[in-house]
Amino acid sequence: MSFARESTIVFRRQIRMNLRNPAWVLIGIMQPVLYLLLFGPLLEPLVGSFGVSTDNAYTFLVPGLLVQLGLFGAFFAGFGLIGEWREGVIEAERVTPANRTALLVGRLMRDVLQLSVQAVILVALGYLMGMRGPIGGIVLGIIITLIVGGACAAASNALALTTKSEDVMAPVINIVMMPVLLLSGILLPMTIGPEWLQHLSDLMPFKYIVDGVRDSFAGSFGTSSVLWGAVWAVVLAALGTWWGTATFRKENA
Amino acid sequence: MITARGLVQTFHTGRGKNAKEVHAVEGVDLDIAEGEVVGFLGPNGAGKTTTLRMLTTLLRPTAGTATVAGYDVVAEPVQVRRSIGYVSQVGATFSGAYAGDEVVDHGMLYGMSRADAVRRGQELFERLQLDGLWKRMPRNMSGGQKRRLDVVMGLIHDPTLVFLDEPTTGLDPQARANLWQHIEGLRSTHGATVFLTTHYLDEADALADRILIIDQGRIVAADTPDNLKAQVAGDLVDLEVADAAQVAVAAERLAAIAEGVERDGRRVRGRVARAGRAVPGLLRDLEAAGVALDSIEVARPTLDDVFLTLTGRTLRDAEAGEGEKEKVA
Repeated sequence: MSFARESTIVFRRQIRMNLRNPAWVLIGIMQPVLYLLLFGPLLEPLVGSFGVSTDNAYTFLVPGLLVQLGLFGAFFAGFGLIGEWREGVIEAERVTPANRTALLVGRLMRDVLQLSVQAVILVALGYLMGMRGPIGGIVLGIIITLIVGGACAAASNALALTTKSEDVMAPVINIVMMPVLLLSGILLPMTIGPEWLQHLSDLMPFKYIVDGVRDSFAGSFGTSSVLWGAVWAVVLAALGTWWGTATFRKENA
Repeated sequence: MITARGLVQTFHTGRGKNAKEVHAVEGVDLDIAEGEVVGFLGPNGAGKTTTLRMLTTLLRPTAGTATVAGYDVVAEPVQVRRSIGYVSQVGATFSGAYAGDEVVDHGMLYGMSRADAVRRGQELFERLQLDGLWKRMPRNMSGGQKRRLDVVMGLIHDPTLVFLDEPTTGLDPQARANLWQHIEGLRSTHGATVFLTTHYLDEADALADRILIIDQGRIVAADTPDNLKAQVAGDLVDLEVADAAQVAVAAERLAAIAEGVERDGRRVRGRVARAGRAVPGLLRDLEAAGVALDSIEVARPTLDDVFLTLTGRTLRDAEAGEGEKEKVA
């Protein structure tokens, strides 16, 4: 039986559960939407002084929120996996002849689809708030976000299957996510900070991704940050998928 | 159908000073023939589920070898998985999905076409008395229905070897009896080999052709239920003496025909070979000695007695006391 068929069966079973509870898609997008509605207006008078590629507050903010959605939304995907493990679903699947990587890939397909729906909603709301950008740039920005989201979802699933406990997973995600959120320039550009903070943020791969998506939304395709953002997204996706695959394939998981 | 030699599973828990080696399974040998129904009996933590997980490729053995349905569990896990059905303790379905959808998707993961999975699923629903529940969510099913659904999930691809892990734990007596019928039917109508773990003595007694008793990671006995019970010397005769002052006399008379006589308040009990023949004489003896009884009970040996004879503990004590054997590394 083909790998694609097995992944699709797992995906279909997962998406059926999601469709039964579509509210989760909306709950997942609440945080970035609130930032957009309640934080966006604060940026309007400030964005001109940031020295970034756009002077539109929403063209600046939406890409950051998009990456944030990819990070947070996908990282919480693993929580559902712990529930599945508790109900015996994971074990029942692992005892079938299906390729164990397909068990992960089917779930990642669900996460990426959910993320794309959320991304489209967020971008549409941003557009209503005044965001402007070339369609090609917006699509490219969303694609980069989806790649990063897939990476984070894979890592989150791996973490879930390793810890098998929400109580362990929640603090781990918090510890990892807070510095990522603060040092990636998601809400404000790092360039307005002191030099030491900028150097610190240079160590954060997600900063390059945020910069890349931001330039892409602003239509500045030629910049090196779009290239670096894409490169980092692909590198992280490879790492996340490798970790997730290794965990799902592990004999004793 | 199943052969295992020296299966070992050692877990490492904790770190640093708290590091422990847990010897869950310590050298298990198995030989299970096609068509057999084998009960794997032992207290919680004895190593039953761990052994089962090694045989079903969910856990790689620390040492030892096993072939299941002709395939090596380590070298050919996919072939093993294709040949076996597995019904775990915890279930197999999303509680909020439709039962029928879950069964069909599960069948398709075994390579079945949708049409085959639907047909086979509906046939199993009927056979396991789940008719009309195809569009019901497991969370809205009774405990017995949910367990039967788990069995359907394990049988969807028509395996010839079925592993059941504590299939009736948590079920009410009626649902248990009902599931027992279906487990018996696995062999009688389906010709399947069945390997089931249980910590219920009556379950092993009722279902299994052969019982393996596991305690602290080792198999301490393997035989038919009758042969195992025959290892226990005699039937249990339990007398309740009416007058506490006569307990000593009653114990003396019982000791003439019984072994291991014990006193406990007004009760006196001992093991008597062929109690059916010996008890009428005992009653005449007691009457002649002027001992009045409130009650007398004669019990055939149970598997609990077998367990007690083999391990020196009752199954209940074993459950209440230690779990998996732990050694500080």
